[in-house]
Formats: sequence, C-alpha cells, structure tokens
Amino acid sequence: MSHPEVGQRLASIKHVILVLSGKGGVGKSSCTVQLALSLASQGRKVGVLDIDLCGPSIPRMLGLEGRQIHQATAGWVPVFADSDKQLACMSIGFLLPNKNTSVVWRGPKKNAMIKQFLADVYWGDLDYLLIDTPPGTSDEHLAAVEYLQEWNPDGAVIITTPQAVALADVKKEINFCTKVGLPLLGLIENMSGFVCPHCAECTNLFSTGGGEGLAKHMDIPFLGRAPIDPNLVMLLEQEDKTVVPNVNDPDAEKIVTGSIVETYQHCELSKIFATITAKLEAGLEATKS
Amino acid sequence: MSTNSLGNDVPADANEHCPGPQSAGAGKAAGCAGCPNQEICSTQAQGPDPELSLVTERLQDIQHKILILSGKGGVGKSTFTAQLAFALASSDTDCDVGVVDIDICGPSVPLIMGCAGEQVHRSAAGWSPVYVQDNLAVMSIGFMLPNNNDGGDDESAAVIWRGPKKSGMIKQFLKDVDWPALDFLLFDTPPGTSDEHLAVVSLLKESGITGALIVTTPQEVALQDVRKEIDFCRKARVPILGVIENMAGFVCPSCHGHSQIFMPTTGGAQALCDDLGIPLLGSIPLDPRIGRACDFGSSFLDTCADSPAAQAYLAIIARIRQIVKQT
Repeated sequence: MSHPEVGQRLASIKHVILVLSGKGGVGKSSCTVQLALSLASQGRKVGVLDIDLCGPSIPRMLGLEGRQIHQATAGWVPVFADSDKQLACMSIGFLLPNKNTSVVWRGPKKNAMIKQFLADVYWGDLDYLLIDTPPGTSDEHLAAVEYLQEWNPDGAVIITTPQAVALADVKKEINFCTKVGLPLLGLIENMSGFVCPHCAECTNLFSTGGGEGLAKHMDIPFLGRAPIDPNLVMLLEQEDKTVVPNVNDPDAEKIVTGSIVETYQHCELSKIFATITAKLEAGLEATKS
Repeated sequence: MSTNSLGNDVPADANEHCPGPQSAGAGKAAGCAGCPNQEICSTQAQGPDPELSLVTERLQDIQHKILILSGKGGVGKSTFTAQLAFALASSDTDCDVGVVDIDICGPSVPLIMGCAGEQVHRSAAGWSPVYVQDNLAVMSIGFMLPNNNDGGDDESAAVIWRGPKKSGMIKQFLKDVDWPALDFLLFDTPPGTSDEHLAVVSLLKESGITGALIVTTPQEVALQDVRKEIDFCRKARVPILGVIENMAGFVCPSCHGHSQIFMPTTGGAQALCDDLGIPLLGSIPLDPRIGRACDFGSSFLDTCADSPAAQAYLAIIARIRQIVKQT
C-alpha cells in the first residue's frame, strides 16, 4: 500500500532515524532527547516524534508539558522547545486532557494515530526527524516501518543497557530491524556505570561493556557508552529547563541559560553525545556517497 | 479520541454515531449505514467470548491472581515478580506459586528465573509449565521460540506480532496450560496500557483478579506513566493492592555514601500514593547485585539476604501476604 501523504511530509526532511530498543526504561527517550539537543546545538534543525502512545515521556523531558498543538492550514504545528525553532516536537502527550488520562488503545487505533503523526504534522524543513518508540516489536513499530518504508528512512539507532536481561530483548529488536530491512546505524550503551558523587568511585549498576560486545557480535557500529549522570536525570525531570542542574551542590549559584539546548551544553554528558552524533553523522555521510 | 467503554474501540474512520464494534447493534444500527466497517461489524461474533468459561475452569483451583503492572518500562516489574515468586515459594513448601509472563515481545522471566532454554511439553492435559522448583511453575513465550540448531542463539528470534495475535497467545497461556492448584499466580506484564493488559483483564473477568501491584521508580518521568496505569486499573475495575518504589536511592559500596540516581523531584511514589489514595508498600534501593542475580537467574533474596535491598523486599512481601490474606 502506498502512502503518498507521508512522502509529501518527508520530502522536506533530510534524515529520518528511529530510536529503538526491545527493552523498556533503558533510555530511549532520554537518548532521543540528547541526540536532538546535541544536533540542535550544532545548528541542525531537528524534529522529535514520540510514538510511544501509552507512555509519552518526551514532553516532560523537553519541558513542554501542558503545551497545545495548533491546527494550521498546512497541518498540525509541532511544539518548539526553543525560541530559535531549532527543535520541534510532536507527542500524544500534547493531545491528552490531563496527565493522569490513560490511553487504552489496541493496535489499529495506535496505527491510525501514528499515520496521522507522519502525514499531518507540518515539520517544515528539517535536517533530522528522530522517532522515539515504545519498547517491543509490535504494532507501533510495524506501523512506523510500514508507513516510512517506501520513503527510505535512514535507519535505526539501538539503545541498550549493559546487563544480560536487557541484551536479550535488544537482540530481538535488532532481529526485527533485519527482518523489516531497516538499516542499523549504530548502538548506544546507556546507564553504563554510575560515578558516586561522594567518592568518585564508579559502580556498574547494570554491569558494563555488554552493549559494546553486542554491537561487535551483531556487526553494528558502536556509537558510544553513556554513564548515569544525576545532573542529566535532573535536567530531564525539572520543569524549568533554563536552570543548569547541579545536584552535588544545590546551594551553588544558579547558572541560567536561554533554552534547554544551551542548558544541555553545561551537562557532562553533552560531550559524550557530541562524539556520538559526530559518529552518527559520519556514518550517514558515508552511506550517502 | 473517544472510547465509549474500555477496550471497545471505535475505529478512526467510523461513523459519528457508532454504537461500538462490540455492542449488540454493531453493523446493524441506524448509525452504521454507509460506515466502511459495517460489514466487519455485522459479521463479527457478538457477546462474551465463548472460551471465557474454559479459562475460568482452568483457573478455578488458583486462589490468588495478582498482576504486576507499571506504565513504564525497565522499572523492575519482572525482577520484582521473580523475587516475589522465589520468596513465596521458598517460605513454605506447601505454597504453590505460578508465574505467567505475558510480555510477548520482550519476555525476561525465563532468564531472571534461571530457566532460559527450557521447553514446554505438551500432553493430553495441555501444555505443562516449566518447573523451577517443585512448587514454582513458570510459563513464558520465551520457552516456545524456535530452537536454532546451527549454533546461533535462539533468544534473538523476534516476536513481531500485532495485538490480536498477542491476545490469542495470552488466552492460550490461561486456557491451554495445565496449571496445578496454586496459591498464587503472578502475571508479569509489559509496559503500557494496551492489548496485553486488556486481554488479561477481560480473560480474568469471571475468575476474578485479587489485585494489581504497581511498580515504579521515583522520578516524575516514570510516575507520569504510572498514573496512566493506575487510571487504567480504575477504568478496568482492577483493585490496586499497592505501589512498590524500586531503584529508590543508591548506597555506594565503597564509601557507603547515599545518593539519588532517579531523583524524586515531585515527591516520588509517596506523593503519588498520597495523592491517589493508594498504599505504598515500600521502597527498594538500587543494588548492583540485584541486576547480577537477574542475569544469573538466581534468587537475590537467597544470595544477598543481608543487603538493605533484600530487607526491603522481604518487608514488602510480608505486607503483600498480609493484604492478600484479608481479601
């Protein structure tokens, strides 16, 4: 089946990347947000589409809770996370009456919503559209791939945590990508160790190295390893995204920035994600030529 | 986006006065004229699922059926389910426990309970579950994935199924598995509020659900998904036994300094419970040994009985026993 309305929207978008993981809670949304912030800080125009319909986390993480979608003649106008309009976002979270409302939907209804997100959102010109997904290999994933396939999405970035229990689910997701013909752009090992703020000793809460081993084993580019950083957790949690979080010294003088894109540059993890996005962009460049 | 009742989805392209695809008038009501779904609705079987009574019959000797839920993924649903099952089964050899893993796309229970690679056997009585101990039976799709004999790992086989097929599998887990008489049957669920959850709730409608245990982590990003799950339980009339806060704080093994990894910026599970009037059963700190015990499929409560996390687990399990006894 052809979906020309999706193709029309994607015509003004250079790269479409899905962020996937078989496992829940490994940091798909937080990595999506960090990839987006990292790309936006380098001057790229980025869109984030949240297709986790039962548990949308992106609005809170980008500080956009309670914002509304506007309907224009060109389509749904996404919500912008910064005043420069570098970073646009669309999520079902913007369509719910209040934050406690559950979205109890079966597959067909979810598919219809995803199609609408892909066909009706007026993104404008974008360098990147990052699609954040729910865990698993089911309706949402099949729907996204089905609607995107004929327009050749660039591929998928896989997120995992290092422990064996997560790797088992992630292998299934990689298998899914191979089955549906989605190129694997790379793998990020998230939550790899936690540095104790008291003694700087690194504890591997969920073991370490598992992601890198898996990437090697499955022959996927390994993009990098990101430790748990309480300041990042705080940044994604707090409502005011312009204040640079400092959990180790809450009494220190507050640094205030212009937007979440700038605030993120003050986080330690932004350096790691700068190398991750550089690797990702280099890989995309290589496949193009 | 209207759902006229739980799980009674009106298709996106339905007519405005759609009576609901599961209603008696589906496909025949005045509002159905000209609807693209009219034919499907009018030919579909109406009324309750005729196989529901088979499920009820299978489960009649099971005393307590408990769902382990969370809107959020990776908060420790499977870990908690496994440790609860181990603890219940080891406390008393007369206490029979079963675990059903209804996370079809990401079954973790076999690995966490140390029975990965086992096979389900078929007999005239039905599928026999995998026994981890004499009094601890487990059923998961992980046991049924095709075996790969050429040296590759069979665990990487993806289950790429849409909703109806997942619901069908869950029905089989309840209808076709030769469950013995059990004191507890624990349901480990995937994150979200979708097909799997609707399936299990509707299949257990006649046999009754003792209640749901909700697992969360302290940060708001997780709590907002958990609120949705609680809303789901209320809509589906599943009683909530209580909330378990997992990954609450971390004690450094080298300097014993305490730190928060997932900050309770909005008051954590305690505030959520106060707000919604649900009991908080306890908070479990992060301990790297829990993750390791899961990777090796051993009982964390046996291997690290002295750790503060194990103490927290035991206190919560004691409370669950007490609550269940009262119901």
